[in-house]
Amino acid sequence: MNRLEQSSLYQLTMVRFHLILREPEAIFWIFIFPILLAVGLGIAFRNRPADVLQVGATTSQLAQALATDKGLSAAVLDEARGTKALATGKILLLAIQSPAGVTYKFDDTNPDARTARMLVDRDLQAAAGQREAVHAQNQLVHETGSRYIDFVIPGLLGMNLMGSAMWGLGFSIVEARQKKLLKRMVASPMPRWQYLMSFILSRLAMLVLEVVVFLGFVRLVFGVPFRGPLWQLGFLCVLTSLAFSALGLLVASRAKNMEAVSGLMNLVMLPMWILSGIFFSASRFPVVIQPLVRALPLTAAIDAMRGNMLQGMSLGQMAVPVAILLAWLVAAFGISLRIFRWR
Amino acid sequence: MTEPQTVAIPAPEHDFCASSLKLSGLRKAFGDVVAVDGLDLEVASGECFGLLGPNGAGKTTTIEICEGLTEPDAGQVQLLGLNWETGASALRQRIGVQLQETQFPDKLTVEETLRLFRSFYRQGTSVDESIRTAQLEEKRGARVGTLSGGQKQRLAMACALVGDPELLFLDEPTTGLDPQARRHLWDLVDELKLAGRTIILTTHYMEEAERLCDRVAIMDHGRIIALGTVQQLVASVGAEHIVEFAVTGQDAGHGVVDAAVLLAIPGIQSHRVDAGLHQLSVSELHMAVPRIFAELRTQGLHLSEFRTHSATLEDVFVGLTGRNLRDE
Repeated sequence: MNRLEQSSLYQLTMVRFHLILREPEAIFWIFIFPILLAVGLGIAFRNRPADVLQVGATTSQLAQALATDKGLSAAVLDEARGTKALATGKILLLAIQSPAGVTYKFDDTNPDARTARMLVDRDLQAAAGQREAVHAQNQLVHETGSRYIDFVIPGLLGMNLMGSAMWGLGFSIVEARQKKLLKRMVASPMPRWQYLMSFILSRLAMLVLEVVVFLGFVRLVFGVPFRGPLWQLGFLCVLTSLAFSALGLLVASRAKNMEAVSGLMNLVMLPMWILSGIFFSASRFPVVIQPLVRALPLTAAIDAMRGNMLQGMSLGQMAVPVAILLAWLVAAFGISLRIFRWR
Repeated sequence: MTEPQTVAIPAPEHDFCASSLKLSGLRKAFGDVVAVDGLDLEVASGECFGLLGPNGAGKTTTIEICEGLTEPDAGQVQLLGLNWETGASALRQRIGVQLQETQFPDKLTVEETLRLFRSFYRQGTSVDESIRTAQLEEKRGARVGTLSGGQKQRLAMACALVGDPELLFLDEPTTGLDPQARRHLWDLVDELKLAGRTIILTTHYMEEAERLCDRVAIMDHGRIIALGTVQQLVASVGAEHIVEFAVTGQDAGHGVVDAAVLLAIPGIQSHRVDAGLHQLSVSELHMAVPRIFAELRTQGLHLSEFRTHSATLEDVFVGLTGRNLRDE
């Protein structure tokens, strides 16, 4: 055995690796699950060509005037059938020829129906001879970075870092306590800080794999942008993982069995799954609870990662979320060291 | 039920050097439950010492206080001339511990587990040597989850030994093992004794204490109620044989035995009844047994059971507490 192999910190860390890699479920949750989720969301929210809106018209002259518009698909329907089609959602708008002109029948709370109203009206007015007052041209852009998939990837990354850090630490520690292994360890001359440090070290090493695999995948498949400095994104991942490791340690610091720790884990993570803006912007929540939402570590982590990846912000511009993560890290770690139950 | 009493037997003349363990006035309560109630004990270096007692007697609390895992409410603990307040890190290096019901991670191999524990000690035996000692050579690469109960216990023992400890604590090392695995572990303890290590073990198997221990302390309700070599303790029963019998009366009910008449027979030291089974401690078996038969016949009683055995630590415990060791 060489010197490294004789070191207890090395041995403890290697044990953590062995235990993680020999647990097939852990591999699934850490590596496969986030990719599956990203693929699922990528398919669901992929960018399609602009929708063709279904409309109805009571006369063939009206339908003909609409036929040239690529954004519309017009069918000739009498008023009764058209009203029924409207009610069942088969068409968005019914254009009714009347002696005085045209009546549009549609639901004005449906944005697509309002769009249909504008398109149909423009086409009919043009057919009747109206001319543009100002000449207008379209220039189309499909910018990466503004798609839903770009928005959701930093959210998924944050959620995944939270889950793997908290479950990874919390479950292993409580299992060791429940099996009296923790007590056996402290009955040996093992330095206690090394035991906790081995979790951090193995977590950081797994983190590199986890983040590189996930971000590499979404970069290749979805072309998700990385506009900020990569090393700063790496720093944010490490900081996020450490903050949640500390939180996992805190949750596990006194729980005596798996049931207790599972309950606590869910209690801590559930508010963040809902409030922290993984799938939609956290700013949608009412103003009164915004201070709470902003103070959650996952909100801070996701905000910072979106800032880095999508807006190319530097760490200096994200001092607030970084400070929130640091505060969680220091507080959770400090408290758990004080109340940790070694037996 | 006899009143608990302490049998004071002076420690035999050992050629052991200074004491490895010294406890004085040890006391520990968990809420209202007093687990250890004023315990004094001295174990000499090189001795194999047994703490014997029923479940809940305070054996594990006592040994965990010695191991520095539980803080006593009062009293002094001295190990190898050190104490836990000032010498904890040195002590951890010099003692070996095997706890009750430690479950090592199922997914580690025997070798990985031992390599981990070896890394905690500045000096000790090699991993290979400890695998050999525990006779786990064939299981070296096997995962802990696949080991039998006896093999797991030998692994726990090997983990306690990798630091080459001067003082070894074994808490119920054979509880839950089948007889063969138990004998296997006893052989292992024998080897450790031969190597001159001080061993302190707890057990509720009297035959284990008789087989392994130089001296035994019998514990009950947090106190030591008897202390000495196995021979001394057995001799304290006052008779080397135990006669057990059950009788039926003439009308097939439980016969009533006139105990006073039995006690008058020379060589019979004591009489007690437990669930219809009469127990006599007897010193001159060959003289007493014919007299017992004759006496029961005179009283018109029929024997439904009759057996004798040599007195054991179990009988010492029964004599002191009126209860059986395995009563919970």
